[in-house]
Amino acid sequence: MWLYFLKRILLGILIVVVAVSLLYSMIHMVPGDPVKTILGPRASPELQAQIREKMGLNDPLPVQIVKFIGRVATGDLGEDVFKRKSVNTIVFEQLPHTIYLVLAGIGWAMLVGIPLGCLSAIYRNSMIDRFAGILSVSCIAIPTFVVALYSVLLFAVTLKWLPAIGAGDGGFGSYISHLILPAFAVGLGWVGYLARLVRASMLEVMSENHVRTARAFGLPEKTIVFKYVLRLAILPTITLIGMGIGILLSSAVFTEIVFARPGIGRLIYDAVTSRNYPVVMGSVLVTTILFVVSTTIADLINALVDPRVRTEG
Amino acid sequence: MDANNVLEIRGLNVEFASERGRLRALRDVDLTIPRGSIVGVVGESGCGKSTMINSIIGLLAHNATVSSGSISFQGEDLLQKSERELRDIRGQHISMIFQDPMTTLNPVLSIGTQMIDIQYRDQIPKAQKKARSIEMLSRVGIPDPESRLDNYPHQFSGGMRQRIAIAMALQAEPELLIADEPTTALDATLEVQIIHRLKDLQHSMGCSILFISHHLGVIAELCDFVIVMYGGEVVERGTVRDIFHRPSHPYTFKLLECDPARIAETTRSLPTIPGEIPNLAKLPPGCIFADRCERSIGLCREKIPPSTEFAEHHWARCHLAGEVSST
Repeated sequence: MWLYFLKRILLGILIVVVAVSLLYSMIHMVPGDPVKTILGPRASPELQAQIREKMGLNDPLPVQIVKFIGRVATGDLGEDVFKRKSVNTIVFEQLPHTIYLVLAGIGWAMLVGIPLGCLSAIYRNSMIDRFAGILSVSCIAIPTFVVALYSVLLFAVTLKWLPAIGAGDGGFGSYISHLILPAFAVGLGWVGYLARLVRASMLEVMSENHVRTARAFGLPEKTIVFKYVLRLAILPTITLIGMGIGILLSSAVFTEIVFARPGIGRLIYDAVTSRNYPVVMGSVLVTTILFVVSTTIADLINALVDPRVRTEG
Repeated sequence: MDANNVLEIRGLNVEFASERGRLRALRDVDLTIPRGSIVGVVGESGCGKSTMINSIIGLLAHNATVSSGSISFQGEDLLQKSERELRDIRGQHISMIFQDPMTTLNPVLSIGTQMIDIQYRDQIPKAQKKARSIEMLSRVGIPDPESRLDNYPHQFSGGMRQRIAIAMALQAEPELLIADEPTTALDATLEVQIIHRLKDLQHSMGCSILFISHHLGVIAELCDFVIVMYGGEVVERGTVRDIFHRPSHPYTFKLLECDPARIAETTRSLPTIPGEIPNLAKLPPGCIFADRCERSIGLCREKIPPSTEFAEHHWARCHLAGEVSST
C-alpha cells in the first residue's frame, strides 16, 4: 500500500519535470523576442542585452531548462519584468479564487450528477432514465460561456438575485454569493459527464456475476446498489473527477472572463496577450502541478477503495 | 405435495421474448427433491439448466415469463410469492453456489464483510456473526480463517474462493442448496476435494442439494437422483442407479456413451452425438430429440411424448420408454 503511494507520487514528480521542460521549450519556440516585447521596439541594444542577460536567455536551452527547474524546485517562479513583482506573489494571489471556483463547480456537479447517474441505472430504460439522459446530454452540449452569459442575464440582470461580476468585497457571505453563478456555469457540463459515466459503469457492474451472487443471498436492493455496485462503479468516476479538477484549473478562463473574476485562467490569458513570459511560465507551471496533484489524489483514492489496485504495486 | 420433498416442480413452462420470437426455454419440467437428498441435473449447454435454477430462486431475466406450472418449496408455491417474500427465502432457505469462483465474489469488499453482510437478517451482535463466519470458513477447510476474513477475493486461489462460496451458502443452514456447476472451473484434484467437502457438509447439516454439472462422474459419485435435460425438457429422471445402469431415453444413452471416463480403450476421437440442439423458437411437432435419435419411429416426429413412469421412480419422455434399454 505505502509502496504504491510512494511510486505514484514519484511518478507525479517525473510528470511535472517532463511537462515543465516541454513547456519551457515550446514557449521559447514561439516566434517573437520576449526582450523586444518587454522593452518595446526603440530600446537601445545595450539595454536589450542587459535584460537578456538578466533573464538568462543567452544560455543554451537545456541549461535554461535545468536552471529553471532548479529555481522552481526551491519555490521561486521568477519575477514579473513589467511589474517588478515576484511571480509567486502574483500566482498565489490569483490561485485561491480559481481553486474555490473549480471545487465549488465540481462539487455541485458531483452532488447532482452522481445521484442522477445512479437513478438512471437503477430505473434503466424508464421515463426517469430517459429524462436524466436528455438532461445530461443537454448539460454537456451547452458551452460553459453560454451558460455563464445566460445565468448572468437571468439571475443577476433580470432577477437581481445574485451579483454579476467580481469576487466580492472580502467578506465571507459576499464571497460565497459571488461564487454561486460562476460555480454553476463551470459545473453544469460536469453534471452531464458524471451522470452519464456513473450510469454506464453502474450498469456494467450490475451485470457482473458477483451482483447475481449478492441477489441470490437475498441482500436488500439498497445494500446491493449502494455498497456492492456503487463502490466499484465509482472508480472510473473518481479518475474523471481528478482529471476534471485539473483541466478546469486552467480552462475556467471563460467563466472568469465573463464574470470578471480574478483567477489563474484569467491571469494566463492576460499574461499571454501581453507576452509576459515569466508570468505565463509560472502560472502554467502551477496549474500543471495542480493537475498532476489532483489526478494523483484520484489514483490514491482509487487505491483506497479498490484493494486490487494497491496490491498491484 | 409430499411433505418428504423439499422442492417439487410440476409442469413448469418458461418463455423468453426474443428478437427471433417466443423462445420456449422450459417445457413441462418436473423435478422432485426429497428431503436430505442430492439431485443431479445433467445436460449440455443451453438445455435449460440455468433457466430452471433462476426460476426457482426468482431471478429470471426481465424478458422471461413463467407461463404455467408450480414450484413448491416446503409446501409453498414460490411462483405465487412477492419479490419481498422471495428475497427472504433466498440466502436463508435456498442458497446458491455459482460456477466461476473468480467472479462470484465482490472484488472490493473483504470476504469477512461479504459473509457478515449476508447475515443481515439475524439480530445478533456483529462479533457473533463474525464468529459464525470464522467457524464456517474453518469447516470448509480455509486455513487460519480468523485472519483471512480481512482478505479480499483476489488474495485467494480459485479453489479457496469456491470453498468460501460454499461457506457463504451454507452459513445460514439452508434447506436447499443449489450448486450450479461448482467445480467446472476447477482442476480435477480440487474438484474431488470440493465434492467430498460438499458431501460431508451436506451429511452433517442435513440439507438437500440440487447439483448441476456436465461431469457425469461427479454426478454418479455425489447424487441420489438424476434428471437429464435436453432442449428445455426433462427427458429422463430416476435414481442414480437407474440413470447410469438402465438409461431409458436415447439421449441419456448417447450422453453416457460420450463420457470419456466410460470408454475403455485409448482412442484419438471421442464419440459425439451427431446433429445439433434444436432451435427453441421453432420447435418440431414431435419429440425434441427425434432428429438426432437413431431409434426414432414415425410417431416420434408427430406427437410429443409424455413423461411416463414406466418403472418405479423412473420417468422418461420417450414413446419407446421401457423398450429402449442398455443392451
